[in-house]
Amino acid sequence: MSEKKTLATVWLDGCSGCHMSLLDMDERLITLSSQFDLVYSPLVDQKIFPAHVDITLVEGAIGNTEDLEKIHMIRERTRILVALGDCAITGNVSALRNACGAEAMLRRVYGESAHGPAQNATGKMQDIFVQLPRLFERVQPLHDYVSIDAFVPGCPPTADTIHFALSELLAGRVPDLSGVAKFG
Amino acid sequence: MSAAPGAKTFVIDGVDASATPGQTILSAAREHNIFIPTLCHLEGLGDVGACRLCLVEVKGARRLLPACTTRVDEGMEVTTNSPRLADYRQMTMQLLFAERNHVCSVCVANNHCEMQSMATTLGMTHVEVPYRFPALTVDASHERFTLDHNRCILCTRCVRVCSEIEGAHTWDVMGRGIQSKVITDLDQPWGTSETCTSCGKCVQVCPTGALFQKNRTGERRGKDPSFLPYLRTMREEL
Amino acid sequence: MMSHEELEQTTAKVQQEQRAAGDRINVCVAAGCLSLHSDAVQKSLTDEAKKSGARCSVRGVGCMGLCSAGPVVSHEPAQAVAAEDKTTAQPTRLYGGVQPGHAAKIVASLNQEPVRELAIDTAMPFFAKQTKIVLENSGSINPESIEEYIAAGGYRALLRALHEMTPAEVVQEISASGLRGRGGAGYPTGLKWATVARAAGATKYVICNADEGDPGAFMDRSVLESDPHRVLEGMILAAYAVGASQGYIYLRAEYPLAVQRLGVAIREAKRMGLLGAEIAGTRMSLHLEIRLGAGAFVCGEETALIASIEGRRGTPQPRPPYPAESGLWNSPTLINNVETYANVSPILARGSAWYAAQGTAKSKGTKVFALSGKARNTGLIEVPMGMTLREIIFDIGGGVPAGHTFKAVQTGGPSGGCIPESLLDIPVDYDSLMQAGSIMGSGGMIVMDDSSCMVSVARFFMEFCMSESCGKCVPCRAGTAQMHGLLTRITEGVATHRDLDLLVRLCEMVGATSLCGLGQTAPNPVLSTLRYFKNEYLAHIEDKHCPAGVCECATTPAEVNA
Repeated sequence: MSEKKTLATVWLDGCSGCHMSLLDMDERLITLSSQFDLVYSPLVDQKIFPAHVDITLVEGAIGNTEDLEKIHMIRERTRILVALGDCAITGNVSALRNACGAEAMLRRVYGESAHGPAQNATGKMQDIFVQLPRLFERVQPLHDYVSIDAFVPGCPPTADTIHFALSELLAGRVPDLSGVAKFG
Repeated sequence: MSAAPGAKTFVIDGVDASATPGQTILSAAREHNIFIPTLCHLEGLGDVGACRLCLVEVKGARRLLPACTTRVDEGMEVTTNSPRLADYRQMTMQLLFAERNHVCSVCVANNHCEMQSMATTLGMTHVEVPYRFPALTVDASHERFTLDHNRCILCTRCVRVCSEIEGAHTWDVMGRGIQSKVITDLDQPWGTSETCTSCGKCVQVCPTGALFQKNRTGERRGKDPSFLPYLRTMREEL
Repeated sequence: MMSHEELEQTTAKVQQEQRAAGDRINVCVAAGCLSLHSDAVQKSLTDEAKKSGARCSVRGVGCMGLCSAGPVVSHEPAQAVAAEDKTTAQPTRLYGGVQPGHAAKIVASLNQEPVRELAIDTAMPFFAKQTKIVLENSGSINPESIEEYIAAGGYRALLRALHEMTPAEVVQEISASGLRGRGGAGYPTGLKWATVARAAGATKYVICNADEGDPGAFMDRSVLESDPHRVLEGMILAAYAVGASQGYIYLRAEYPLAVQRLGVAIREAKRMGLLGAEIAGTRMSLHLEIRLGAGAFVCGEETALIASIEGRRGTPQPRPPYPAESGLWNSPTLINNVETYANVSPILARGSAWYAAQGTAKSKGTKVFALSGKARNTGLIEVPMGMTLREIIFDIGGGVPAGHTFKAVQTGGPSGGCIPESLLDIPVDYDSLMQAGSIMGSGGMIVMDDSSCMVSVARFFMEFCMSESCGKCVPCRAGTAQMHGLLTRITEGVATHRDLDLLVRLCEMVGATSLCGLGQTAPNPVLSTLRYFKNEYLAHIEDKHCPAGVCECATTPAEVNA
């Protein structure tokens, strides 16, 4: 048996539901964990994404400049990049704002229906939140920016689906979910 | 077992089969338990050959033919699946998913949607063509039903059931190409339609979450178009 | 009741009147010249002629072809009008760019030297290299006068067929001529007629498809505006051959002049007993109606056209059944294009052998083209099948204007493709054009020079297909929109090789899976430009640079998302 694979999980523009579903594998996670080292994840206290990772599961879509920087960096440092869940694959709920655009969404949420500095703001809403990563007008799936090696759809993907996918990945195979995976 | 008079014998996926005169490839295939994917077809409604999922290869034919509208000919050799057909079918699904805002996770039809399950069946794991994210409206003016253009795939089942079965012809399609949309009467709010009988057949035949009944949640959101062949048979025999 | 004798009497009367009228000044009043106010030119010429007392008549005629020189006026000397043998007569003079202010000069020149500054050389290749069958009367007869059509030999073929030929013999004659559908697909006309003639059904229909919609195409329009009776005669002959008694002409409402002239022609033909009940005293009846198209390109597709005539939404239906078996109101229906019908009467008048002797082995006769774009001479031309593209563009068209070089010629409109310089020596026929990745199409021919970006051209045609898709089938409705989006990305300089690969995949899929010809051929402009001008695509993608300087490419990909 070769040495353990390194595994990273990343949370971009999503709700963390996919990570919850990952944890829903329950005791199976413990069994699988003997086969990998979790080197980066919102679930562990590690600030720097390592230089070389065997498998990275990415939850969430690309919604802002920070997401875009991250996904390029992650792609460069990852051997097998997996889009985990509908946000990463389709944009899903994160992309619901696409039909109106980021500016209109911000104005509605932080302007018209909130109390605060932005309430009566004139000009671009984006310019008020300068300390935050700039939102793209459109949220887009990962594969619009980087090449993806495996897609694991679902909102969230069930624990069983993730278990199957992860088992395959750890066994050195790219999981083929066609005919099994379900969106939503 | 002897063949019915005028029966056509043909070969489908390498298997000898028979069809009644005038029977479509799709109907004959289903009788022989051969799966051909469809979305616009619905048992009991006239066929339009619009979704293109049921395209099959017919030996000697210059083009792929829709199984739902092509009638079986004596000696026909039909192939219902091939790498090429599988690729086209998946691309067709991708085009549909990218065309409007199909967000399964927050859709009323989640887990009861023919489009969603078709994507699974045809092995679609992601959509390669760019999502279009059009800004579309929802018409909730009818007291019992809602029309959500975001989920419509323009299969025109609603148009056909309303015209062919209910006889009201409340529904139709307006606009061209990517701008096409289903409308009630002369593109007026559904609730103000004077031709709509509120029978709900359109809702029951809609394969997605485009047409749904208000105040239905969870498992009760499922649709049941099984009344259709029954109605059709009753009418034809009367 | 109209008989051969009456046709001859009408002819003699018209000729006598024309001889009596002396010189003839003809002003083009078809759409091209009319848009340059040739009606004002006609009025000035009429006024001047009256004022001068010269023995001449001024008449409005159809298109004379050289639209780029419009408004066009021709002057036939009295001796030429009267001459039995036109070839030895004093030649007709042709003037271009005629303004109302030139009227006096032209009238004054009748028995003098031609007006030099307006003269067009009628010996130039533009005229000399053409062969006119469909357009033989265009520009020489008054399109609103049935008498002039008769005087030019019209309706003889019809009467002869009705009295001396069986319907089967008419079909046989068309089959033997080798005529193929001029709407674009090139289906053998005789075969189509035979199918409808054979089809069972008490009621049959004939339809004329005049829903010309390709960008850059104005052949059918010109024929209908210039010589409407030729089309009617072809339709009546077709109805006789297949056994139809009702017919429709599906005509674009955007062609008001054609609508008006066709309306006049139908009334006149009825008045003369050549249309309606008991045509020319025989048992043959044909009732013709004009149906106006509301502007949907897809209604040129025959099943959509039929749906539109029936009052339904104009969307195509899967074939079979073909209209020949089950068409309008489920009856056997013959649908042919304007130019196809326009060829029928000459074939029957002069014989199938004469017709079959023209053109190539598999493409007989002539083809009318609307030559436009970056050529010196543009307009309406008719050439024998088999002429090379080079002869059409460089001899007839006179090549591209100085300072630019030829890049491509687009044939077949949104269903066709772009053919590069290296293939200009292929003969123009159905099969050669298809081999080159384009199609004959209905006859649009757009010349492009080095100022055209081929990616933009492909994008233009895809935009056309996207907005003209009926929306019924998924690949055409959504696929054209996606292809348009990808082409837009390329022109904006933000596309990747992945986008290009996806575009090619979509082209293949949409072409193979679409319901009707619109979607099936929509990828052609992309595929043909990719075949011959891939370097232009790559320049946009790799160098973010438009070689023709047409596209504004973004400097960084991020700009698109900003």
